Amino acid sequence: MRGADIVVRSLIAEQAELIFGYPGGAIMPVYDALYDYQDQIKHVLTRHEQGAIHAAQGYARVSGKVGVCLATSGPGATNLITGLADAQIDSTPLVCITGQVAAHLLGTDAFQETDVMGISMPATKWNIQVRHAKDIAPAIAKGFFIARAGRPGAVLIDITKNAQVELGEFNYSPCQEFRSYKIHHPIVQSAIQEAAALINGASRPYLLFGQGVVLGKAEAELKSFLDKSGIPAASTLLGSGALTEEHPNYVGKLGMHGNYAPNLLTNQCDVLIAVGMRFDDRVTGDLSRYAKQAKVIHLELDPAEINKNVKADVAVLGDCKESLAKLTEAVSAKKHEEWMAKFRTLEQQEKEAVVQHDLTPTKVGLTMGEVIHQINQYKADDAVLVTDVGQHQMIAWRYFNYKKTRTQVTSGGLGTMGFALPAALGAQLHDYSRQVICVVGDGGIQMTIQELGTIMQTKAPVKIVLLNNNYLGMVRQWQQMFFDKRYSFTELDNPDFIKLAEAYGIKAQKVKERSSLQEAIEDMLIHDGPYFLEVVVEKEDNVFPMIATGCSVEEVRLH
Amino acid sequence: MKRYTIFVITENFIGILNRITIIFTRRGINIDALTASESRIPGVHRITIEVTVTEETVIQLVNQIEKIIDVIKAFHHEDSGVVYQELALYKIPVSRLDGGLEKIIRDHHAKIIAAEPDFVVLELTGHKEKTRELLEILKDYGILEFARSGRVAVAKRMLTIDSFVN
Repeated sequence: MRGADIVVRSLIAEQAELIFGYPGGAIMPVYDALYDYQDQIKHVLTRHEQGAIHAAQGYARVSGKVGVCLATSGPGATNLITGLADAQIDSTPLVCITGQVAAHLLGTDAFQETDVMGISMPATKWNIQVRHAKDIAPAIAKGFFIARAGRPGAVLIDITKNAQVELGEFNYSPCQEFRSYKIHHPIVQSAIQEAAALINGASRPYLLFGQGVVLGKAEAELKSFLDKSGIPAASTLLGSGALTEEHPNYVGKLGMHGNYAPNLLTNQCDVLIAVGMRFDDRVTGDLSRYAKQAKVIHLELDPAEINKNVKADVAVLGDCKESLAKLTEAVSAKKHEEWMAKFRTLEQQEKEAVVQHDLTPTKVGLTMGEVIHQINQYKADDAVLVTDVGQHQMIAWRYFNYKKTRTQVTSGGLGTMGFALPAALGAQLHDYSRQVICVVGDGGIQMTIQELGTIMQTKAPVKIVLLNNNYLGMVRQWQQMFFDKRYSFTELDNPDFIKLAEAYGIKAQKVKERSSLQEAIEDMLIHDGPYFLEVVVEKEDNVFPMIATGCSVEEVRLH
Repeated sequence: MKRYTIFVITENFIGILNRITIIFTRRGINIDALTASESRIPGVHRITIEVTVTEETVIQLVNQIEKIIDVIKAFHHEDSGVVYQELALYKIPVSRLDGGLEKIIRDHHAKIIAAEPDFVVLELTGHKEKTRELLEILKDYGILEFARSGRVAVAKRMLTIDSFVN
């Protein structure tokens, strides 16, 4: 069969049911082949390749499956780069297939030729160029294996046009572990014993969990560990959802705009247990003043993360699903009531200083916080929250009530504005019946607003909540706090978003006053189909608590 | 900061060297020298990288190199942990030759490997300090060209690569 058919048959063999893409010259044979397999594999035409890759990311994040996207050579391929970097830094399994000029033209500056191998190398876990039809199936098999194995990541497969039209045998065999990539690290029992000894001897142990718990499907193991050990636990941005916020040991969120107690008390614990997280600088603040008093236990799958930012006294290398289970057996059952009470006291301080202002404001202007608070009242337990990047992202994360795993989709590591709208589309297309709420700012939405067209075409019932403050709010906040209120190029003159959404056939409503907020949110969530809700919020509100750049976690500010 | 030798055992795939050097480039670390060759196992390549960094950094570099999918194994050693050699070539114009050169060649155990009507080429193998010393001396002879190889090294540790390759 043709190489192009091999591409599609290989994707089907890897159980890819839904792919996102944008056609063009060098990938046309694959699109031609797709036409014949529409009953087995669904393709969604986005309005931009960046939209396609973010949609694939959203799909992957909620489903746990590999996200797939297609693009043509040259500009098609370069438009994927932001998404590749985003998926790679947030450990999202992705396979991107790009067309490439015919092999005999490589290196000659042919039409729509770009060195996508070179450009994508630093942004991928693995990439490969295929120049012959016979090499397509093995490359795709290896690509899917690498994308999902171990710590997941982004893979790019570049296929020259001649390989797509050449004939080759199709004989698919999935990829197994190979000699240069061994993913199974047996848990070292002595490390478990050492970790357990530290935990059992601790009077103020503290656990931090990240997305590794979700990726490792270790949510139940985390819960059992916390149930038995009685240890307070805080979440990173991408870890949210791995543990229900209703769990008695849950104490809040870490990082620059996380909660007060979880940040402050990092420097008071005596044993710090990090599970599937990588001590990002947004979590640690100044590393030289981060948890220096504590013994650190790091449960981590990726050997390169151990001792990268924070030195571990005990490193438990391997799958946290296994290591947490073993650790649960080895620790003694305890309650840390006094220590837990410290978290609750500080939580109360945060409530008085920040939460009241955000959720029950006395000013006329609406706050972002009260919008999220209202969403919580009506949302489904397994509703997915997709956010963009900026103030609304931090506020939505702070106040959204996470109850189930895989309900948090946001651009964490890369901080990609424009991520939310296409990612929400991808998350929704995985499951039409699940509630997907896309909270986005007026800056970010305009970076990928063309994807309203894809929402129109697919009828994906995404609920879009635009928190509009006519500013690039997070940058403005920094300008206010650190640049002497010099609001350099952060104010936006915006279009009429309602007319825009309506032009795409999406039902839309604008809320300016508190009195109509609750009903608007209720209307949105019960609406059968996509919905666009614009909420005009306070122009110059700030996100607190905050750990300013270069500060220590204990210097977290409430205002 | 110390001088380290990093050994990388890798599949012989296109682009692998690029992936390795990106790790150094991202951190703004200069590679002092680099050599690549096929190992004694067909299809398996061996890359030797010389770098001057702190121990903490070299460990992170090695971890990140090993994370590359097509890298089979990476190690680092201090100078005391490896036996290494470098090769230098010196091109000298015939017009500047004199009787003193014989003594220099004898003292340094260098040899003449080519003699052309206009120039001769001397070869010296040895550590950087030795080859640099000879370079200084030969400057008086109007040296035309000088080239030195990266380090070729074997570890003193009695561990063979076969254990990682299979």
